[in-house]
Amino acid sequence: MAEDVQKHIRTYLLVFASLLVLTGVTVAVAQFHLAEVERIAVAMVVAVIKSTLVAGIFMHLFKEHSRHIRVPLALTAAFFTVLLGLSIVARTDSFRITG
Amino acid sequence: MQIPYTTENNPETGIYNAKLGIWLFLASEVLLFGGLFSSYILLRVGALEWPHAAEELNVPLATINTAILIGSSMTMVMAWASLKMDRFSAFKVYLGATILLAVAFLVIKGFEYGDKFAHGHYPSYSTFYATYFVMTGLHALHIIIGVVVNAYFWGPGAAMWKTDRERFINRIEVAGLYWHFVDIVWIFLFPTLYLL
Repeated sequence: MAEDVQKHIRTYLLVFASLLVLTGVTVAVAQFHLAEVERIAVAMVVAVIKSTLVAGIFMHLFKEHSRHIRVPLALTAAFFTVLLGLSIVARTDSFRITG
Repeated sequence: MQIPYTTENNPETGIYNAKLGIWLFLASEVLLFGGLFSSYILLRVGALEWPHAAEELNVPLATINTAILIGSSMTMVMAWASLKMDRFSAFKVYLGATILLAVAFLVIKGFEYGDKFAHGHYPSYSTFYATYFVMTGLHALHIIIGVVVNAYFWGPGAAMWKTDRERFINRIEVAGLYWHFVDIVWIFLFPTLYLL
């Protein structure tokens, strides 16, 4: 077991370095004069990559196979998406009831 | 009363009980912050005007704080890994570093808040500052709770290492899961509030 953990330490260091580099990318991209949609897209994609690294490797989620964790987390992710989606849908006129 | 399945896995779930408990708690936390992010989007897209965040807030300080929090996630996972490798003194160093980095984060946040207050920028000043203080304030509260929990495991709670090693390792893993989650929240808060 100790040997297994020893092997993982190199991965932890790699993730740590990647997270720092990605933070630099987020800040650097914000300096460019991109369109708002592009700025939001880049910032969120980088944030999703960073959080996937933290959840998957530091929190060992990639190796967590218990459905008692996976199912509640999948449901949470679905509700989270709906929650954010609703606030965006609410600003569009697509669902306006007319007549 | 003996708490069941603190070290061995519960045959019903395949994991020890505290791990199931913390993941369910974190799932509820995702929706707590999710509600705030959802409100933020509604308020922002509905606002007639929204200040350029990078001009209002201190991006260099927030970038340093992001690096600090990422560093603390690294030291936290190393604290757990040290226990797994039977290196208790290394565990103390890494968990101690995690606590100090968290305190550094709070001190920098304190400077940021102090600067805003000095300019009269309280939560009531604008919708932008209301959302900024609510979201970073709730996050800072999570950091404070993490510091208290980790300080307990660094100090008096570490006595369990001598009496029940496996259970202590699991406690550090659970504390780590919470701590990494707080890091993830900041990973989204930083670009949302400071850069976009």
